[in-house]
Amino acid sequence: MSLLNTMPEFMVTTKVDEMLNWTRKSSLWYMLFGLACCAIEMMQTGGPRSDLDRFGAVPRASPRQSDLMIVAGTLTLKMALRTKVLYDQMPEPRYVISMGSCSNCGGLFQLAYSVCDGVDKVIPVDVYVPGCPPRPEALTEGLLKLQEKIMQEKWLVRDDAGKSLAAEA
Amino acid sequence: MRGRASRPKPESDDAPVDAAAIQQRLKDGFGEQVGALESGHDPAIRVPPSAIVPVCRFLKSEADLAFDCLSNQSGVDYPARGEIEVVYHLFSYRLRHTCVLKVAVPRDSPAMPTVCEVWRTAIWQEREIFDLLGVVFDGHPDLRRILLPEDWVGHPLRKDFVEPAEYHGISTKRESML
Repeated sequence: MSLLNTMPEFMVTTKVDEMLNWTRKSSLWYMLFGLACCAIEMMQTGGPRSDLDRFGAVPRASPRQSDLMIVAGTLTLKMALRTKVLYDQMPEPRYVISMGSCSNCGGLFQLAYSVCDGVDKVIPVDVYVPGCPPRPEALTEGLLKLQEKIMQEKWLVRDDAGKSLAAEA
Repeated sequence: MRGRASRPKPESDDAPVDAAAIQQRLKDGFGEQVGALESGHDPAIRVPPSAIVPVCRFLKSEADLAFDCLSNQSGVDYPARGEIEVVYHLFSYRLRHTCVLKVAVPRDSPAMPTVCEVWRTAIWQEREIFDLLGVVFDGHPDLRRILLPEDWVGHPLRKDFVEPAEYHGISTKRESML
């Protein structure tokens, strides 16, 4: 059914920034990045009961097609280097949700020789979701928080030096 | 009539052999090289590094021993004794009995022969022992690190392992919550 046929007089007033942010937040494609048991909860969150898809978030298997990286699980030092590479391969604007205690701070394994205590040592993180592992509701809440953050961004507004204000948002 | 046997009947009439009898068989075959039976949860037989391959071949090929499976191979660091111990857990699917072998190698130059010609599964297990403890297995076809990154420095299951301050620019300084 065409929108134009049903509502010929339909009109919305908005700001360009807000419209761009709205489109961006409504199609957050997240990269499959399950590292440990948190990945099981991430699968549940994407599954039919919790259904992350209703917020426009669908899983992608390639960093080139992804807007969001959900780091789900224990990050080892060996994996940390690969995480950085995968993050660099994602097109901008890109976002990172750190899911679970391990990814936030190393969690239970933070004193182990092979574990990187916190993914924020390698890549910048937008939203931290606590829990071990977080329930699907918690990860959904994390995604909504990220959507709120995206709506604050001002990509078109620049300061006197010509620098985008998006970074400060 | 007794309850149904929970496990399949052995293919032959050979009965399982207990650890003392296995030690006696090895003693008969290899003489003084084979040590006494060490008591414990799993009684262990001590073998010198030079004898490990013939002993393993013997345990696998003798019909009444028939150890067809190396179910586990691991290493332990004993800095006070200056030794690294390599432990072999053997199992016979045919006869349903087990056996534990222990081999001690000096800590400062840990080298011993590989048993991967006897049981192919030793290839990966010896790679893990090399990775985490630094034991060099002579004759191993592919002795590389298996778990840690290839550029890792040191062998972390050694008790005196000191962690480098950083790994590729990632600080390994961890703020202990304790």
